[in-house]
Amino acid sequence: MNRLNTRKGWTPEALAALEKARVSRRDFIKGSGALLVGFSMAGLAGQWLGSPRSAAAQSLAGAGSNQLDSWIAIAADGNVTAYAGKCELGQGIFTAQTQLIAEELTVPFDRVKLFVCDTALTPDQGTTSGAQSHPTNFNQGNLALACATARETLLERASARLGVPGDQLVVSDGVISAKADPSKKVSYGELVGGKPFAIRVNPGAKRKPASEWTVLGKPARRVELPALATASFEHVQNVRVPGMLHGQVVRPPAVGATVVSVDENSVHGLPGVVKVVVKKNFVGVVAEKPWQALQAANKLKVTWTPGVGLPSHGTFYEHLRNQKPTRDTLVVDSKDVEEKLGSSAKVVKATYHYPYQMHGSVGSSCAVADVQAGKATVWSPTQAVYPLKSTLAMVLGMPPENVRVIFRMGSGCYGINGADTVSYDAALLSQAVGKPVRVQLTRKDEMAWENYGFPFVFDQRAGVDADGNIVAWSHESWFASLGSRPGTTTPGNVVTGLLVGFEPAEFKARTPAPDPTEFDNRLSAAPPYVTGCVNGKCEGLGTVASQRVLTHEVRSLFWTGPLRAPSRLQNTFANESFMDEVAAAAQQDPVAFRLRHLRDPRLMEVVKSAAKAANWAARPSPRPGIRRTGVAAGRGVSCVLYGGDNGYVAMIAEVEVNQATGGVAVKRLVLASDCGPISNPDGLRNQMEGAALQGVSRTLLEEVTWDNQKVTSIDWKTYPPLFLGPDVPKIETVLINQPNEQAMGAGETAISVVAAAIANAIFDATGARVRQVPFTPERVKAALSARA
Amino acid sequence: MARTIEREGSVMSVLNLKVNGRSHSVDVDPATPLLYVLSDDLGLHGPKFGCGLGQCGACTVIVGGQAIRSCSTPVSTVAGAEITTLEGLGTIEKPHPLQKAFIEEQAIQCGFCANGVILTAKAFLDRNPKATEEQIRQAMSGVLCRCYTNTRMMAAIQRYAKEVRA
Ligand code: FES
Ligand code: FES
Repeated sequence: MNRLNTRKGWTPEALAALEKARVSRRDFIKGSGALLVGFSMAGLAGQWLGSPRSAAAQSLAGAGSNQLDSWIAIAADGNVTAYAGKCELGQGIFTAQTQLIAEELTVPFDRVKLFVCDTALTPDQGTTSGAQSHPTNFNQGNLALACATARETLLERASARLGVPGDQLVVSDGVISAKADPSKKVSYGELVGGKPFAIRVNPGAKRKPASEWTVLGKPARRVELPALATASFEHVQNVRVPGMLHGQVVRPPAVGATVVSVDENSVHGLPGVVKVVVKKNFVGVVAEKPWQALQAANKLKVTWTPGVGLPSHGTFYEHLRNQKPTRDTLVVDSKDVEEKLGSSAKVVKATYHYPYQMHGSVGSSCAVADVQAGKATVWSPTQAVYPLKSTLAMVLGMPPENVRVIFRMGSGCYGINGADTVSYDAALLSQAVGKPVRVQLTRKDEMAWENYGFPFVFDQRAGVDADGNIVAWSHESWFASLGSRPGTTTPGNVVTGLLVGFEPAEFKARTPAPDPTEFDNRLSAAPPYVTGCVNGKCEGLGTVASQRVLTHEVRSLFWTGPLRAPSRLQNTFANESFMDEVAAAAQQDPVAFRLRHLRDPRLMEVVKSAAKAANWAARPSPRPGIRRTGVAAGRGVSCVLYGGDNGYVAMIAEVEVNQATGGVAVKRLVLASDCGPISNPDGLRNQMEGAALQGVSRTLLEEVTWDNQKVTSIDWKTYPPLFLGPDVPKIETVLINQPNEQAMGAGETAISVVAAAIANAIFDATGARVRQVPFTPERVKAALSARA
Repeated sequence: MARTIEREGSVMSVLNLKVNGRSHSVDVDPATPLLYVLSDDLGLHGPKFGCGLGQCGACTVIVGGQAIRSCSTPVSTVAGAEITTLEGLGTIEKPHPLQKAFIEEQAIQCGFCANGVILTAKAFLDRNPKATEEQIRQAMSGVLCRCYTNTRMMAAIQRYAKEVRA
């Protein structure tokens, strides 16, 4: 048989080296021509790395490393090899990190070779998530700080070598020379090539000022793109290792069903079947070929107990609102909200609903594991190589030091899709057969068991005074959660972990909520318009002093976890829709009304910029002279500071509503973003465009459904999303660069504001308010009929 | 021509496949979907398993000028036919003009869908070089990109379509 060898990839010799399982970092570096010494994972998990900006960031950051050699190596030819723990998921961070390294070290982009996310090679940077890669690696910490330390060190050594003071030196293309006498020069290769730096990262090292940037901050083409466009890229789904077998899992037929018995004879004699694997409630089949594994998994007779039974989908939100016990949290409470509402000239009330939604990656999740002789190597699309190493060790019952996790990009994940769970699947099956095993989930196994985005119910109330000022705001919400990312200790947070006997993170009921000790708005639950005053410190972005934000978490029916803009998206839908309702009640222009209640200049700036770019005509919504039939056009606005500190965004949406069918066509989206200094403007636009459109799909179409036993959204027919083709709005982006501010996230901001912007545009067009996502034609029609 | 042999209750056939201009003989169950043969027996990276149900387009290949979904095409039905995968269009060094358009427009995020998007557009424009923008949109409406790179992808396809028309 003629075998094609197509594994070219974008760093061929290095990839080949990496693919050899259990290669040591030292051997690997030798093979790639770079240098390695002194690699240490024993980074101080401390503040010296530059403390992350929020508590949320801290838990995602990993220990990093305080050894410069863990991040940067310079070869004899002056080429730079760098190691980072933030992975490429299609969001462009690989290219942006390469720009950063080239910039700080003043070498051309193509002389930098970057390796990410391999527990044998790269520093522990926790999880690539939460829009935290940009803040983590592009501020005064981690990768950026390592690069700055390397540059300063090279300059110091050049200064000593050349006898020229540091401030009299210039660097160009990896060569340091005297300003006055360019013949006095020394290259990076001559200074350190072939040797370690053997120093610690210097917390005080100075970043290059943004005003001097020539690579960072300029549009850079994605490094992987030519390989992706020509199928020479290796996704995790393409990883093949010698002697590899194929596995399929058999998931329970109903939520909560457990194994009674497995009849191995039912697949006896089927072609290629190697083994049936049962471990508690985990069931899988290993075969020689993937098609054989799938056939066998379909034929395997497993007897299961009945499921636990599920509450009706139709009345789910009532169930959610009334479920006990709850875990209650107060984000802010001025304690005078009821009183202020009672004395307001007008009180506005509204209730909003947001469903379970899924990541729904185009490619179902896949991993390859080689577990033999007490050691494991796993090729995984996980966002969290180090945490996965630790939980894989638990699942396999071996010490973590015997586990290596190598990241390979999978299908875009947008949060925790099946990446971690399929890594356990592959590892368990490989352990059972003592050979490498590849598992790619079926579409149904991916969709029925992934960790969905949280469903929410919101009750909003606001009091308005006679002059149209908001004087009190009460936000109360209920949402459901179960499991999440496994982190370093909780494999039971995803389905496979539970099936083999690990528990999900414990639900800790708590009621009533304790008083807040600080204003922690990491989930963007508090609307931007409140003062956020807690213990005398006011860290909100707005003017409304009488405020209460109370949330109730309950145990979910299904797995949940971070899905692009987790909670912030749902909260922003409810807050920004409601802000619009209050503006309408006060008969004021929605943009002006927002600006009037904000005091944060950067948020105000994105709102103004978006409005300007969209030619926003100031007037109250709904638009005057609405006709109640035919197609109606309108515009809506929405804004947020993502996660309380991680990216400003505003959107204007323009829609057309077909009042006969209830169909909504989004015609134009104008976005303004401020995420601090922009690293790659084109990459940023690509992220914003994709997030905006994904937001349209989630707003108009997506909702997980179930019957009384199981999830019924199991493919693209039962969970229909927006496809390529006709319905794509025009998307315009306004980028506000803030070179002197902190780098913030940009992957999740844009999606947060879409649902409210569309709801507000529908209202502007028709006078009908849609308060439940997705905005299906039926719901829009119901809202149209409910108009006064 | 297929030679069929019975082995342990399963029917295996030696089939001849012409993929990207090269001949391969493969020894498989003839009912196996083409996708598995391309990605596992031949080790190709282009066609991807997305749904296995004909719903998303990730597994698209071009057979006899038509974009088909290899996840739901038994391999035996395409034995002997000319099969083109994304690899067959161009290389990193020499990309096909349509691939080049995707690179120029930076019209990819994770790239998992790229195979289906590019091949669906290619097959359609090969047969309908004068297609209008609207017709192209219609032709692409069965392909899914969950990163929602749609705007740039359509721009890349239109850019190529313009070149074809010129
Ligand atoms: S994998 Fe074939 S259409 Fe989805
Ligand atoms: S680029 Fe990720 S699915 Fe299309």
